[in-house]
Order: sequence, then C-alpha cells, then structure tokens
Amino acid sequence: MFSQFALGDMSMTDPLTSIQSSGADARCPFQAASSAAQSSCPFNAEGSGSIPDFPPDRVDPLAPPPVYFQMQQGSGLGQAKLWDGKIAWLITRYDDVRSVLSDPRFSSDITNPGYPTVSAAMKIARGNNRTFITMDAPKHAEHRRMLTGEFSIRKIENLRPRIQAIVDKLLDDFVKMPQPSDLVSAFTLATPALVISELLGVPYEDHDFFQEQAMILTSSTATLEEAVAANHALCGEYLRELVAKRSDNPGDDILSRLIVNHVRKGDITETDVVSLARLLLIAGHETTANTTAMGLLFLLQRPDIWDELRQEPSLIPNAVEEILRFLDVTHSGKRRVASEDVVVNGQLIRAGDPVVVLSISANRDRTKFEDPDVFDLHRDSRTQVSFGYGPHQCIGQPLARLEMQIMFASLLERLPDLRLAVPVESLDFKPDSLMYGVKALPVRW
Amino acid sequence: MKITIYPEKCCGSGQCVVNAPKLFDQNDDGIIILLKADPSPDQYESARLAAGICPALAIEIHEDL
Repeated sequence: MFSQFALGDMSMTDPLTSIQSSGADARCPFQAASSAAQSSCPFNAEGSGSIPDFPPDRVDPLAPPPVYFQMQQGSGLGQAKLWDGKIAWLITRYDDVRSVLSDPRFSSDITNPGYPTVSAAMKIARGNNRTFITMDAPKHAEHRRMLTGEFSIRKIENLRPRIQAIVDKLLDDFVKMPQPSDLVSAFTLATPALVISELLGVPYEDHDFFQEQAMILTSSTATLEEAVAANHALCGEYLRELVAKRSDNPGDDILSRLIVNHVRKGDITETDVVSLARLLLIAGHETTANTTAMGLLFLLQRPDIWDELRQEPSLIPNAVEEILRFLDVTHSGKRRVASEDVVVNGQLIRAGDPVVVLSISANRDRTKFEDPDVFDLHRDSRTQVSFGYGPHQCIGQPLARLEMQIMFASLLERLPDLRLAVPVESLDFKPDSLMYGVKALPVRW
Repeated sequence: MKITIYPEKCCGSGQCVVNAPKLFDQNDDGIIILLKADPSPDQYESARLAAGICPALAIEIHEDL
C-alpha cells in the first residue's frame, strides 16, 4: 500500500518516459499544458488506479488520513487524484510545508492551467470571482493590503465586547431550547456568521440565504450547474446589490471602506469588492465554525481536559491553539502550482505540476511536535500551520482566535455540564466539504 | 541582539504583535512596526519566536550584534 504513495522515481514525472511506461502510475503527458478538465485524458482514465482519490479516507474522524503519516515517513511526498482527474503532489512534512508555502516558485495563480482547484464549485467561485488568495506577488500583496488593516490585532481586540455580546445572546437563547438541541447551528456556526455579517454590513436576516449558497460553493459534490447558479445568486445578484447600496450610502463596515478607500480611487472595481465579500463571507462561515465544533466534540469526550479548562480558564488560548493544530479542518490543503521546476526532498516537481500542501499532516509531524497524536493542553502549539504559512497565511486568524477563545470560555462557564446527547458513532462528518467538520452536535446541558 | 524588519514583505498576520507585543506593533494598515531594535536579554526569546513564526519572513534577528 505504502509504496503506491511514496515516490522517489523522478522518471514518473517525465512526460516522455511516462508515455512509454506501462505501469499503473503512468501520468498524463498533457497534464501540465492542458487546461483544467483532465478527466478525458486517455492516460489518466484507467492507468492511475493506484493513486488514491483526494482526500484519502480517514479511519478516525478526528485524525488525518493515516496514509499521510506513511508519506511523511517515506519521501515526504505523495500523489493523489483530484476531482477533475489532475494528479497532484502532496506535501506532508512540516518543514516542506513551510518551505513550499514561502517559496514564490509555487504559485497561487488560479489562471495557471495546472492550478489544482478544490472542486467544481470552488473553481467557479474562485475563478469567476477572483481575489488575492488566488493571485501571486506583486498583485497579491497590493490587494491583500487593502484588508490587512481590518484584521490587525488591535482592531480585532476592539471587537471583543461585541463578540462577547453576540455569544451571550446566542447562549441565552440556546439554554431555552428543548433538550437535546444542536449546538452547531445554534452556536458554533451562528457566532462567526453573525460576526462576519456585522463586519461586512450584510444583514443577518439574509443569513439562511447566504449560508445555503456558501454550502453549495464549498461542497465537493455540487455539480457545475449548481455551483454556477449558487455563485450567480450570491455574487451576481445578492452581493452585487449590497455593494451598490453601500456605494450609494457607505456605512461603518469593511465593504463600505473598500468602496470609499479603493474603488473610488480606481484601485479596484465594485466587482472586486463583490468577490472579496464572497471570500470573507464563506471564510467567516466555514473555518471558525468547523474548528470550534470539532474542538468541542473532542473536549466533550475528554472530561479531564474540560474540567482542567474550567478550573484554569487562562489555558483557553493554549487550548484553542492546540485544537487548531490537532483538529486542523483545512483538509483540502493549501493549493499551489509549480511555476518552474523545483526539487523538494530530492523529488523533481515540474513546472505546471499541481501541488496540495497539507497543514493537516504537518501539524502531526513528529519531527516538529513531540507525540503529535496526543492532545496536550500544555504544549506550545503556536507554530501550527493550520492558517498556512508564507504571504498567503490566513488574514482572518486574529478574528478566528478571538471568536474561538470567547466561545469556549463562555461554554465552559455557562454550560459546565455540557454533554453529547448521541453516541459519537452516530455523528455525521463532512469529508466532502472544503472544510472538514461535524454536521451537527446534539447536546444536553 | 539586533532586530531588522522588512515591512514590504509583511502580510499583516499580526503574529509578531501577539508573541512579542513589546517589540512589534502594526500600523493602521496592519503592517509591521518595530518598537525596539535592540531588545533586552529578557526579550530575546520572544524576539526569536516572533521571527520564527512570521509567515512572511519579515523579521530578521542578528544574534551577535
């Protein structure tokens, strides 16, 4: 099994030799040059049967796919077949993850035909409404810097009272609900959704609508038609109207400031603001919500840690950092395409090759974290790479940390007897979504 | 020890401010500001942490200066 993933043979990446090789690992010789739809490639159709589909299967829903550990122990690199038939390199070791993510030869440019999109839906959302996350320097920095001030430590810290008020209100409502009730929809998802809605100036009454579109756009099983429709409903209509309204009547929110400070100066267009709104709205929904839900699921099975945190709330920031490391929900990985030939760990990655950088695997690398498969409240997890690394590292991380710290502190304080109302085995997880997570957490308190 | 920063590389992650708040700050655009180029010995560790954790490699530590 292992030998199928550990790749040391550089000839396998050589387009010329791979045509002649009759083995199951033969790669499509047109891969680097052809545009995204790879599934029609005759050399990929049956020949790549030994390369696993991405993402590989998990055994434990709270741990990364075991095959990543095997890759890490081998050459550090592996391969997997993406949704569109592209064969991508997988980067699994901590040091490699950091070096690839800070190496400008690994491009984030979604218009490069080799760029590995996450799904049909994300290809539509990110391709049709492009933002800085799928751009390279210098344009990336130019666009990103229009938003960095919104997520500075001081600015986010100033939101603390407002986030606490949102959390308090949601928990006030939650404890009045019948037992058991689902904590995901009522709390772990609702908190970041309310916060990002406020920051963007999106009316929360429209929450059901944009959550529905976000779910389609982050689903790896959504069809192209569904994705096009959802992206049009969200970006083409809803956000476009909202941006037009803010343009006529700016308020105290991120979208209004983008319009006043940048659209009016000609730096970007209103369509760019629509795209940024889509990015922040989906990021604000999916990441913090899933990490919090997974962290909570873990803590509910570990009353020893739950009690320790109740007695010592000053450990909560540490707990959040360890949850980020241990339960990294970014299972789709960080996506790059080699813009020139690069050797990683002795393996040649050719210009045009798709690369999936796996923080989820790096965060369990034992050369970096001692006993990485143990959740340790007292370890220093600050070097975890769930938020990525390099110039594209998550811009919203100060907000994510603060939201999670407030959510966990408030749950520990107000619902000390919180417990799962169903067996863990009956929970539904989200292997087919942009972010991993648990669909619902029915709890009693 | 001496600290050099490269604001042109900064991506505004704010990690330096979190991990070494006495040495670094952010301007209104979220970009790094150096508060102290010559840290005191009790600040060496936080300076190294900030440099090591900065995703944009925007902080350089000169140990022997």
